[in-house]
Amino acid sequence: MSFPWAKQYEPTNGLTKFLDEKLPVPRLVYNAVGAGYPVPRNLSYFWNFGVLAGFFLMLQIVTGVVLAMHYAANASVAFATTEHIMRDINWGWLMRYAHANGASFFFIVVYIHIFRGFFYSSYKAPREMIWLLGVVIFLLMMATAFMGYVLPWGQMSFWGAKVITGLFGAIPLVGEPIQVWLLGGFAPDNAALNRFFSLHFLLPFVIMGVVIMHIWALHIPGSSNPTGVEVKSESDTVPFHPYYTAKDGFGLGVILLLFFAMVFFLPNYLGHPDNYIEANPLSTPAHIVPEWYFWPFYAILRAFTFDFILPAKLWGVLGMFAAILMWFFLPWLDKSPVRSGHYRPLFRKFFWFGLIPAMAVLFYCGGAPAEEPFVMLSQIATAYYFLHFLVIIPIVSQVEKPEPLPYSITEAVLGSDKKAVLGENTEPAV
Amino acid sequence: MIRIIAILVGLGFAFVALISFVVGAYTAATEEAPDTHLPYEHPQDVNFSFDGPFGTWDYGQLQRGYKVYKEVCSACHSLKFVALRNLGELGYTEAQVKAEAATWTVPGIDPNTGEASTRPGEPTDYFPKPYPNNVAAAAANNNAIPPDLSLITKARADGTNYVASLLTGYRPPSEELLAEHPEAAPGPGLYHNVYFPNMNLAMAPPLTSNGQVTYDDGTEATIGQMATDVAAFLTWTAEPTLVKRKQTGWPVLIFVLFATILAWFSKTQIWAAVKPKKTKA
Amino acid sequence: MADNAATTAANTDTQVETVAGEFRRRDFINVAAISAAGVGGAAVLLPLISQMAPSKDVLAESTTELDVSAIEPGQAIKAVFRKQPLFVRRLTPQEIAAADAVPIGDLRDPQTLAERTKEGHGDMLITMGVCTHLGCVPLGAAEGENKGEFGGYFCPCHGSHYDTAARIRKGPAPTNLVVPDYEFTTDTTVVVG
Repeated sequence: MSFPWAKQYEPTNGLTKFLDEKLPVPRLVYNAVGAGYPVPRNLSYFWNFGVLAGFFLMLQIVTGVVLAMHYAANASVAFATTEHIMRDINWGWLMRYAHANGASFFFIVVYIHIFRGFFYSSYKAPREMIWLLGVVIFLLMMATAFMGYVLPWGQMSFWGAKVITGLFGAIPLVGEPIQVWLLGGFAPDNAALNRFFSLHFLLPFVIMGVVIMHIWALHIPGSSNPTGVEVKSESDTVPFHPYYTAKDGFGLGVILLLFFAMVFFLPNYLGHPDNYIEANPLSTPAHIVPEWYFWPFYAILRAFTFDFILPAKLWGVLGMFAAILMWFFLPWLDKSPVRSGHYRPLFRKFFWFGLIPAMAVLFYCGGAPAEEPFVMLSQIATAYYFLHFLVIIPIVSQVEKPEPLPYSITEAVLGSDKKAVLGENTEPAV
Repeated sequence: MIRIIAILVGLGFAFVALISFVVGAYTAATEEAPDTHLPYEHPQDVNFSFDGPFGTWDYGQLQRGYKVYKEVCSACHSLKFVALRNLGELGYTEAQVKAEAATWTVPGIDPNTGEASTRPGEPTDYFPKPYPNNVAAAAANNNAIPPDLSLITKARADGTNYVASLLTGYRPPSEELLAEHPEAAPGPGLYHNVYFPNMNLAMAPPLTSNGQVTYDDGTEATIGQMATDVAAFLTWTAEPTLVKRKQTGWPVLIFVLFATILAWFSKTQIWAAVKPKKTKA
Repeated sequence: MADNAATTAANTDTQVETVAGEFRRRDFINVAAISAAGVGGAAVLLPLISQMAPSKDVLAESTTELDVSAIEPGQAIKAVFRKQPLFVRRLTPQEIAAADAVPIGDLRDPQTLAERTKEGHGDMLITMGVCTHLGCVPLGAAEGENKGEFGGYFCPCHGSHYDTAARIRKGPAPTNLVVPDYEFTTDTTVVVG
């Protein structure tokens, strides 16, 4: 679907006419990210991050395919082939650093994308399906990133794999058989490394498939916007190309500056020194920490320390998974008639002074050693995190009185909308 | 309905997290947790030529550091990811690399009997390991296996400074430290070092006297100089592409900056017709 | 992307003709921005392509050093050069005579034995053990193997016969067995590659 004023693709020469008849890929591109896709004219830079996430997915696939040409998924040589890539392969160091830091940037970009969705309630009708697919992408990303971190077969790779698969051991009765089945052994070894490599190679393509559905679903209602007011007329929109291709191009340049600064000057800053020690099943690192993008969820896992009816370990595992899975229900928990946080005074306060500080604390504590005061801080933040999504949002969205919305996007941008004065359904704006 | 369930689930998780907090806080308040952190020191900040975004190798220093590794460290520590041919990157000529490689004894096969034997190294060989396996390494070193040094400066926080500091950090424990942390006293076969996280390590001080290594370039081989030089050499072994990486980074960043500025101008021009002029209210 | 760029450029081109001055500048900046993106994309291809070229450890093993002192006349050894077989044969006087007796004009790939050996070492024939037809390893280097009709090498895959100077005499192979670049560093040491 698209808006009735969307520009129509017109093949101009013989080749595009032929293609349009036989395999209308140019038309698809034109309508998806070209001039044929009308987009609200008032998007802020927060709306750049979807395209940026797509860019980093492609970057990870390209560098990942290159690395797979030189890597060997065998516990006896995996660490050595990684060093071989770093030392002997032409530009191998660049490929590996770009891939490792690319994963981090993918997560940075996706976290900003998700928090954009939280603040502007982008998950609300009619965009529930986009949101559900997005949560699926995020889960797949986490699985892919976790398995990718195992591949260099350093100390953190090994012990990360051991700890995370050990979580399944918390499930009553079937836990331990599942853990042994997942690893294909009693501890991470060749079998686990090989299947992780296979899945790490496969899952990005699954992600790409879900991303295509995510974009497809987006094109049915069209993009949301900072006012949360739906598009009413042509004057509310601009064609994606050239307006947003240009804006995304600039955004990509900025993020690439940061990315290359990390890759070339601080390539190991986001990594852990212990992963440059070859995996040793007989010696545990002083602090086992996952990569930074798992820290909030790792903090939630460790926040449950008291056996309340169920064992604390099981609470931790349930809490960690629930922390993400509950996002699936968000579209139906938030009953507010208004989307944008800009017009929801109470919701906005909870977002800025509740959720954001709680996430900051969880991020910090997840990377810190399991000592006081970090455990106690993460316990409070964990409690708030669950209250925010499952209690505060349903109640606040019911009770708060939203601020008055602009009549239309045009009015929000220009200060007035002729149709607002003339009444709806008059002549479309020029 | 879904919201009632959600509220109950949310209250449940929050409740358990808060119980955990209360129990933890109560324990922390009533029981004195022993301070297990030893006051080890963070590495000194040593100046190296390869520091910073414009860093380059000091080949003289790398060659000196190589000599320290060869004459001191290599007795116990392997360097298994580095090939002898890589010495060519330290500023040696091809002939020098070949001659230097031949001074190392590497495992080989007797061409007549097929039995294991040794032969002089060739550039394509990797640095030989001092022990045939971990069991032998542990047996010869009081059960502590000397780690491979190829990646040591990347495998430790602030690794280059750490190596330089550790090698010069051996001294007997101070009285105040022992008064507060009696466990910081070195056990049998251990040596006290203020930079090691648990303050006692199994490696005996490797650099013991000035002039232990005779430098070919006439630099005075003080203990500090040898420690700094070998730390530089081990930074190179950990990441031979370090300088190339930084040197590649600048043109890339400058180009991307240039392209981004162009993209910004392009974007503002494209949007000029649509964006309302900012008027002061 | 490129298509879009082209159409934008085309659209603005028509505007340039109608409106002057300002549009020309906009046109320029857009073309410059898109070109910069294109140059960046092309630069990315450099590492992506060169990562598939032989790595440093492979290049380091691209020469082979051989001690030929132990090879008796009439004997041959198989060595390895760049992960491929290398035949090193010390010819007997009879074999040299047989090779020299062949009229050059009769050969499919005309070369004398002297052209295929080094001066002063006319009896050391060093060739790749790779048939020039489809890359099989010919027989004849080891004791007791079929040397073919001309007493040199014989490729069993498709029946190419090479003579005592490893020149193709019969069968489908188009050229003689390749003589790699090599030199004698001492009287008995050969460095190939």
